Amino acid sequence: MSTLLLTEDETMLQDAARGFLDGAAPVSHFRKLRDAGQTHDAKLWAEMAQMGWTGVLVPEDAGGSDMGHAAAAVLAGELGKTLVTSPFISTAVIAATALRQVATDRARDALAAIADGSVIYGLAVDEGAKHDPDATQLEAKADGNGFRLSGTKGFVVDGSNADRLLVLAKTDAGLTLFDLPADREGITRTGQNMVDARDAAQVTFDNVQATGDDVLGSVDDAMTVLKPALEAGQAALSAEMLGLSAGAFAMTVGYLKERKQFGVEIGRFQALQHRAAHLWSETEITLSAVRHAGRKLDEDPDNATLAVSLAKARATQTAKLAVIEGVQMHGGIGMTDDFDMGFFMKRARVATEWLGDYGYHAAKVAAARGF
Amino acid sequence: MSMSDDALNAFRAEVRTWLEENCPQEMRDGASGEDAIVWGGRNWKFKSDAQKLWLERMASKGWTVPTWPVEYGGAGLDRAHHKILLDEMRKMGARVPLQSFGIWMLGPALLAFGSHEQKLQYLPPIARGEVRWCQGYSEPGAGSDLASVQTKAESDGDHYIVNGQKIWTSYADKADCIFALVRTDRDAPKHLGITFLLIDMETPGVTTKPIRLISGKSPFCETFFDDVRVPKANVVGTENRGWDVAKHLLTHEREMISGGGQGLLGGRPLGAVLSEQDGGLTDPVLRAEAMACEIDALAVALTLERYKDQAESGGGVGDASAMLKYAGTELNKRRHELMMSAGGADALIWDGKHDGLAADWLRTKANSIEGGTSEVMLSIISRRVLGLPA
Ligand SMILES: Cc1cc2nc3c(=O)[nH]c(=O)nc-3n(C[C@H](O)[C@H](O)[C@H](O)COP(=O)(O)OP(=O)(O)OC[C@H]3O[C@@H](n4cnc5c(N)ncnc54)[C@H](O)[C@@H]3O)c2cc1C
Repeated sequence: MSTLLLTEDETMLQDAARGFLDGAAPVSHFRKLRDAGQTHDAKLWAEMAQMGWTGVLVPEDAGGSDMGHAAAAVLAGELGKTLVTSPFISTAVIAATALRQVATDRARDALAAIADGSVIYGLAVDEGAKHDPDATQLEAKADGNGFRLSGTKGFVVDGSNADRLLVLAKTDAGLTLFDLPADREGITRTGQNMVDARDAAQVTFDNVQATGDDVLGSVDDAMTVLKPALEAGQAALSAEMLGLSAGAFAMTVGYLKERKQFGVEIGRFQALQHRAAHLWSETEITLSAVRHAGRKLDEDPDNATLAVSLAKARATQTAKLAVIEGVQMHGGIGMTDDFDMGFFMKRARVATEWLGDYGYHAAKVAAARGF
Repeated sequence: MSMSDDALNAFRAEVRTWLEENCPQEMRDGASGEDAIVWGGRNWKFKSDAQKLWLERMASKGWTVPTWPVEYGGAGLDRAHHKILLDEMRKMGARVPLQSFGIWMLGPALLAFGSHEQKLQYLPPIARGEVRWCQGYSEPGAGSDLASVQTKAESDGDHYIVNGQKIWTSYADKADCIFALVRTDRDAPKHLGITFLLIDMETPGVTTKPIRLISGKSPFCETFFDDVRVPKANVVGTENRGWDVAKHLLTHEREMISGGGQGLLGGRPLGAVLSEQDGGLTDPVLRAEAMACEIDALAVALTLERYKDQAESGGGVGDASAMLKYAGTELNKRRHELMMSAGGADALIWDGKHDGLAADWLRTKANSIEGGTSEVMLSIISRRVLGLPA
């Protein structure tokens, strides 16, 4: 296995991404979108596509740059640092990984559309309050040569802005994954007013017609396609969470150096120094888990579950600590809407739940480690 | 497959064959507890012939200190080859043939700061387990504030006369020699008057007295120096500049304590260990805590990997290593608390079903004290890594 250091290419990608995002999408950009009630910036998305980011996991013959999961994690991390709102994970990571598991012309065209930025995907998996694909109830009843889908999905991230939806449904003998246009008759999308001010929708399916062509992979066998896609998403989301932890942490340390009380910088107080040092230690350790997950997905994807769940579990805990300490060490100002720290706290909470929380992933690690 | 993969595979095969042929059956039980450790030294008594044979054979290959240069008793292995050796040893459960402060601490410091003559004189006997060293850093008034050491060494021609007291000197009563920090200039700022000095414990005027610990075992001593004559040739580095050597050695000590040697990566999954003790790890609270501990252990182990990658690629790790000491030791304490919980009443008996567990559990409490406390590590991180004001 390659080292846990960034390769030269990855370092260049990271520098380029940071350089671009500091100009195009600092936290103030997110604030503007939020104040305007918007959850998507089409211009920014087009620029990301132009730089090859949306094609990071798309094969070269479909127009992608195919840089791999470790590179996707680099991008997700940089997006996380300034809370950039984009359908990067649902589209460029999850949908792209799902689509490349199947070798149809349709999938190839869809991959090309992801790479050129012309399509946004949403992942419609969850139904209850907790991530649990196995508990899927939405039904796809056989109907002639096709299917009829009925049921409701919640927490469909990027669902309102999506052009297409990957829908997990129950079929006769298992679960099946469908790739449907979001405006197909019978689909109703209701945007949810999310705490992190990003796009997530509730999507209802009322007798929605699907053909065999709409099935991604094989009928009754969703997981062959979906499992790698979910793991790719979980790994990238871990990277985003680590990025947001780093962003919150940088603000906090900056504040410790500048804020004065009792005539000295508060960063002189050992009680705060030690908490900052502990928090930094946690981010360092989580970084290793995030890097490892990216490498594992690139080099041994069939056996990546442990690495991915380890990363998501750690990233969840680290992000939680980073935002709690971030608000606390800022004192009163940390509680104001004018100050950015609250945005980090809200995003961390949403990212914690998406694609499995700490308990969900801890259980996977435990299973892999023979508990 | 690339050439280098071929070479590594060939090395792996060679190592495996050699180990198969040379590792005595008795040394293949994976044991690592106090009774399994061979510390070596002039007065060392092996617990079995197999232990002795195993040490001699490994030393002849340079594999007691695989990464040291060949001329100093090592095998000159790079990280990839070293990993293969450790891997293969682990697979067959081969015990570590020799451990010592000479290997963990003094050796690396000598390699970095010693003269060629000093290296030739001191390193091979360490590699062969012939001379056992102890560490004379701490004093009653100098613990966390190590640079306050007062044990003084006064010049007398080409010798020093050493007077003073050390404390917490692990295994001082069993060691042949001590590497000590002594004050050679009382007027200089405290970091600039310290010398790193090698002293033979048999020199007249050196005495030790044991200290009993809460874990029952007593490898700790007070060490006294009463007009002890030490040749100036025994200075490592430069007079009054011993602090640099001391710090270098401390990084290795911290790495060792944090599990850098093999502990975490080589350790058995906690789930498996606890399942045995708890018959399936059924208690939900214990299970949840164990999962969290396992997750953190895996991530810390990966961080150790990453830092090694970084060190190998030429980018130093520097003060960030204080983080590994902090995280690794706090984790080890958690792990042992969980093992005690899982063992329940059985674990509370010194020599009961979980032989040695209670003593190990108590011993781990020192992990976050020895070699610099967790608080000191956090201060190092906040000042030197995060740049917070002192
Ligand atoms: C099992 C064991 C083996 C050892 N082996 C050796 C050995 O072989 N050779 C050797 O030389 N030494 C050895 N030591 C000594 C060890 O290095 C010291 O115990 C350690 O450095 C702490 O010093 P101290 O015990 O004097 O505690 P103190 O320095 O008195 O610390 C007491 C408490 O105060 C805290 N504290 C101190 N200063 C600060 C500060 N600036 N900020 C915040 N908190 C602070 C500490 O964290 C600790 O909690 C050993 C110790 C143990 C327990």
